[in-house]
Amino acid sequence: MSLFTKKADELLNWVDARFPLTSNIKAHLTEYYAPKNFNFWYFFGSLALLVLVLQIVTGIFLTMHYKPEALMAFASVEYIMRDVPWGWLIRYMHSTGASLFFVVIYLHMFRGLLYGSYRNPRELIWLFGVGIFLALMGEAFFGYLLPWGQMSYWGAQVITSLFGTVPFIGPDIAEWLRGDYLTSDATLNRFFAFHVIALPLVILGLVAAHILALHEVGSNNPDGVEIKKLKDKKTGIPLDGIPFHPYYTVKDMVGVVVFLIVFAVIIFFAPEVGGYFLEANNFVPADPLVTPAHIAPTWYFTPYYSILRAVPPIGISQFPGVAAMGLAVLAFAFLPWLDRSSVKSIRYKGNLYKGWLAAFVVSFLVLGYLGTVPANVWGQFGDWLGKADIATVVARVFTVIYFAFFILMPWYTKKDKTKPVPERVTG
Amino acid sequence: MMKIQMIKKAVFVLVMLPTLAFANVEVHLDKAPIDPSDQASLQRGARTFINNCLNCHSASYMRYNRLQDIGLTEKQIKENLLFTAEKVGDPMTTAMNKKDAKKWFGVAPPDLSVEVRARGADWVYTYMRSFYRDETRPSGWNNLVFDKVAMPHVLYELQGEQALNHETHTLTLTKSGKLSVEEYDALVGDLTNFMAYMAEPAKQQRNRLGWFVLLFLGVLLVLTYKLKKAYWKDIH
Repeated sequence: MSLFTKKADELLNWVDARFPLTSNIKAHLTEYYAPKNFNFWYFFGSLALLVLVLQIVTGIFLTMHYKPEALMAFASVEYIMRDVPWGWLIRYMHSTGASLFFVVIYLHMFRGLLYGSYRNPRELIWLFGVGIFLALMGEAFFGYLLPWGQMSYWGAQVITSLFGTVPFIGPDIAEWLRGDYLTSDATLNRFFAFHVIALPLVILGLVAAHILALHEVGSNNPDGVEIKKLKDKKTGIPLDGIPFHPYYTVKDMVGVVVFLIVFAVIIFFAPEVGGYFLEANNFVPADPLVTPAHIAPTWYFTPYYSILRAVPPIGISQFPGVAAMGLAVLAFAFLPWLDRSSVKSIRYKGNLYKGWLAAFVVSFLVLGYLGTVPANVWGQFGDWLGKADIATVVARVFTVIYFAFFILMPWYTKKDKTKPVPERVTG
Repeated sequence: MMKIQMIKKAVFVLVMLPTLAFANVEVHLDKAPIDPSDQASLQRGARTFINNCLNCHSASYMRYNRLQDIGLTEKQIKENLLFTAEKVGDPMTTAMNKKDAKKWFGVAPPDLSVEVRARGADWVYTYMRSFYRDETRPSGWNNLVFDKVAMPHVLYELQGEQALNHETHTLTLTKSGKLSVEEYDALVGDLTNFMAYMAEPAKQQRNRLGWFVLLFLGVLLVLTYKLKKAYWKDIH
């Protein structure tokens, strides 16, 4: 043993006597046994973590140059784009990262739906995940106000107004959120605080809880088989388990590079992504006197925005739409108790579940598209349907399907013809 | 006096309305001849922009010395283009007071730094070629892509005067200007090219750098893939 490795060992022993370093590396990396049959869908957890780190690091550098003040915010973003060395790169990484965060998270959640990752014993992992999803939506919403363009301003005005629809106390809540009668400098300042410190702390805490809970019960897999049930008699290692490090660290590196290629193509060649990641109207400074003709949220909110618009008001109250939108997001939290199937993975579920999941995905995508366009985009029906907007009627049908996927789940998962689940993972 | 105030307010409202509606009006936009690598075109566009637009509009996120991007030296900028500022590092502001501008035009002329990103190059290119005579407007001018626009046709001496055919909704040249139609289109093309550059000066650098980043990531992909294969050869 060379002098160097001897000294390094001594140092590690010194640290281990005072801090659980080696034991944590073992528990979470080198002796955390993950199923060996992870497929494509299992890249998105580590990618979400990567994007989180990217957002935090680029966010710190943006904060150094950004001014959270109504008269300077828009100009300070352009200052970052022009005068700050590499400012354009940092800003595009942050704006692209925000959108890709949702791409990754939606795919990560879809993986859960495919393989029943929310089922016993992983209910808490799932609930922490829903919490992360909610916090992330808040984080994106607060951050979107900061460039102080027209879409930032009116998006914030519309969303805070939603709280105004709550019966009795609504208008007071909306005013309390904005800190003013309408979106203003006070709103910008507090949204900045929420965006750069409050919600990032919440997200980091929830991510830690999400991963700790995962490592407590172990990862699910595409077969939905519990690998801890069959362990090697001598070593106590699951027969179908492999250490996360090095196997999944090297595998995830491939996923990371593929992700970075997509990321780079967007940043360097199409940062606006046709107006979906950066909206053209947001290059016009916020103007409280001029309401844009068409206010659309960024693409990741559009399925929920569609549901909001689709639900008809009761009398003059828009609250039903707002409540439906909230429920559409919260519905995910109930999945562990709604799914009554005897199997976890879609591989062994029957056609009933497959059909419903497909219908849900189609609803999500159609609602997402309709949320980006005005309600009159497909014209109107004739007199027989009271000249209703075609897009609104379609959105209503898909909203019903969206909710039916959740509400009817106990029934169709129980009735579904499942296939026998193998003892071991099938690769 | 009161009446004039009322009219001014009415004009202001009418002028502001199209800014709400422009996204909904379906106007055919001509494709702008954008070529960010054509430095001569960008320089001609910069000259047109600074000589004409910058009198009322600012481009206050753009600094004069940034024009070195398009092949000008600091000395050339100082001697030929520096009208509204003292120092070559100053931003392209305008001397016109915003309050005065509002009084004169009904609306303060917007800053044009990122205009192309907000409306698109094709919009700017078509807009600058779509002014027509309209005596019902306070300025005597109207525009096919921006109905009831407050801005008069600043380049009318070059383009001449156009009239609107209300039936076909097309424009015809009724009085020719100093430039032929082709020359005027080329001038507006250069101007739009410059404004597209100005909306995002880092764009050229961004595109160039992108290829190197992708090349690096491509190599990294091969290496990480081989590493993964090597580690996983015993896992079945």
